[in-house]
Amino acid sequence: MTLQIMEGSIAVAETVRLCRPQVISAYPITPQTHIVEGLASIVADGRLDAEYICVESEFSALSACIGASAAGSRVYSATTSQGLALMAEVVFNSAGMRLPIVMGIANRAISAPLSIWNDQQDSIMMRDSGWLQFYAEDNQEAVDLHILSYKICEDHNILLPAFVCFDGFILSHVFEPVDIPSQEEVDEFLGPFTPYQKLNVKDPISFGMYATPEYYLEFRYEHDQAVHRAADAMRKYGKAFGEKFGRDYSELVEGYRLEDADIAIVAMGSICGTTKDAIDEMRAEGKKVGLLKIRCFRPFPAADIAKALAHVNTVAVLDKNISLGAKGAVAIEIKEACYGSGIPVYDYILGLGGRDVRKKDIKKIVELAEKGSGDMFYGLREELL
Amino acid sequence: MVDRTIENFDCGHRACGGCGASSAVRMILKGAGENTIVVSPTGCLEVFSTPYPETAWKTPWIHSLFENASAVASGIEASLKKQGRLDKEKILVIGGDGATVDIGMLCISGAFERGHDFTYVCYDNEAYMNTGIQRSGATPYDADTTTSPSGACSTGNNRPKKDLPQILVAHSSPYVATATMAYPMDLMKKVEKAMNTPGPCYIQVHAPCCTGWGFDGAKTMEIGRMAVECGLWPCYEMVDGKITSVKKVKRVLVDEYLKAQKRFRHLFKPTRNDAEIAKIQAIADANTAKYGIDIE
Repeated sequence: MTLQIMEGSIAVAETVRLCRPQVISAYPITPQTHIVEGLASIVADGRLDAEYICVESEFSALSACIGASAAGSRVYSATTSQGLALMAEVVFNSAGMRLPIVMGIANRAISAPLSIWNDQQDSIMMRDSGWLQFYAEDNQEAVDLHILSYKICEDHNILLPAFVCFDGFILSHVFEPVDIPSQEEVDEFLGPFTPYQKLNVKDPISFGMYATPEYYLEFRYEHDQAVHRAADAMRKYGKAFGEKFGRDYSELVEGYRLEDADIAIVAMGSICGTTKDAIDEMRAEGKKVGLLKIRCFRPFPAADIAKALAHVNTVAVLDKNISLGAKGAVAIEIKEACYGSGIPVYDYILGLGGRDVRKKDIKKIVELAEKGSGDMFYGLREELL
Repeated sequence: MVDRTIENFDCGHRACGGCGASSAVRMILKGAGENTIVVSPTGCLEVFSTPYPETAWKTPWIHSLFENASAVASGIEASLKKQGRLDKEKILVIGGDGATVDIGMLCISGAFERGHDFTYVCYDNEAYMNTGIQRSGATPYDADTTTSPSGACSTGNNRPKKDLPQILVAHSSPYVATATMAYPMDLMKKVEKAMNTPGPCYIQVHAPCCTGWGFDGAKTMEIGRMAVECGLWPCYEMVDGKITSVKKVKRVLVDEYLKAQKRFRHLFKPTRNDAEIAKIQAIADANTAKYGIDIE
């Protein structure tokens, strides 16, 4: 293993190169741009033998991925925020067509008001689309989850697309040491793309037919079953990944100092790093706080979560998103996972539109949870309201 | 010349009796030949040909969404190119006018600008027929549709057809043509030519819709020929931006073509609307001046 210090987006681009997509179709949008620029350079320099389609919109970016995947190619795209919103119809459609597309999401807030900065509203709004959703804590996870996603998605028992989500700017633009595996290792792990079926004049089939009420419900059931099966596929391939690359991804959720914790913080993405540091400091002060990191949001590992949180007396969920008029999307599902346990689950909406979340904020939230105060926006500037 | 006896569009589909689009598609596939992958946007054709688990397509076919057929075709082309299959397999989009000139405009413009090697054939039945005859950008002037109804304050659709063929000529398309299902040999020949021209090619095919336009389904071919004969549907080819062929006719006035369809009935009943009919005649006259349709 050789650690190199590089920008998150470049680490992702170099990793995508190792996965050997034959077609890349993407449209530039902040803060995803360095990924697609990196891939364009990689293709231009002959370091990856791929067709790079400079589409005219995100809508076409993912549409072209549908065509290329259906024709039998491994494909890649990346986007964020407004781009993901624009491609919404294609997001649902590509999942229903059961095409194993991998797409990087450099998480960013949604307009209005316009914000180029980080939160996770973009990928969260696609939670019902039938795509798998993985969230990276750091750039190493962003790298590894790309490789792992292709392995899971292309399994003929799964055949689904996946988002690899990593926080915009906080990860995409930050320089960190990462281990970029070798081409040989990735080739051994992934192998070439073997489509389950493809557009082929020697064996003509019809893709994307419409379903009458006699059939539609079963299509949706099969799709839902496949998303659920992806949990076991992640456990299996995450373990194999660990054996190959030395970093285990067999757990859909991951505890940090959680075993003996009284209070559990639940979070996704880069905020987990800050939370771990805050927990270390709180532990030094004698406070028994732990973290449950959600790495896989779709499928939602409710049973794993209930088990991991069974012994705590309070749960504080950090949501970098808001289902307006309800609660944070993660908290809604954590509350459901913990239903019947009697454990209070408090939701904290924070960090929206790039508002910084510091260690002292995490500590403050733990204090609020201890007092039974939650289900609130955290860090509001009262003078503006 | 490709084998015209091939039948890649099977019988038993659910189009209306007398559907111009379904006849056009059969001819289009004969022109395209074997080894064709078809992309269809959402629309009449997609719906009447592929109710799961039945399909009328005997050649590979894919439908994704209403507006993205050109982008899907772009991806297929890139994939075939990378797999070394593009010399043996060809890509053909067949979509309706709504999917093409309206909602799919962004995707078709992008795909033609990028220069992908595929052919796009629009079957133009001049409105959104699948959803119940609503106006599209390809609906002709004064046609009555369910969203451009004629009435006390309306003579129907108040705008002329969007000229997508010329828009795509402006994209430097190497081959742009118009055709009609009423002249099948000409249609097949043009499709074959487009499929064998490298780069993005476009053909807009007049496809009368008996249900939407209001005429007897036995007269589809006749209506198609009348459109050409009155100059409202010029049939031409443009290679590298220059007109290379035009279907010449001994032109007749637009009246008989209009009278034959219920969508123009309001121009004749209760009284003949001379002013509006003159405007439609002016469109035919302008086509004649532009493309040189008249037999001298």
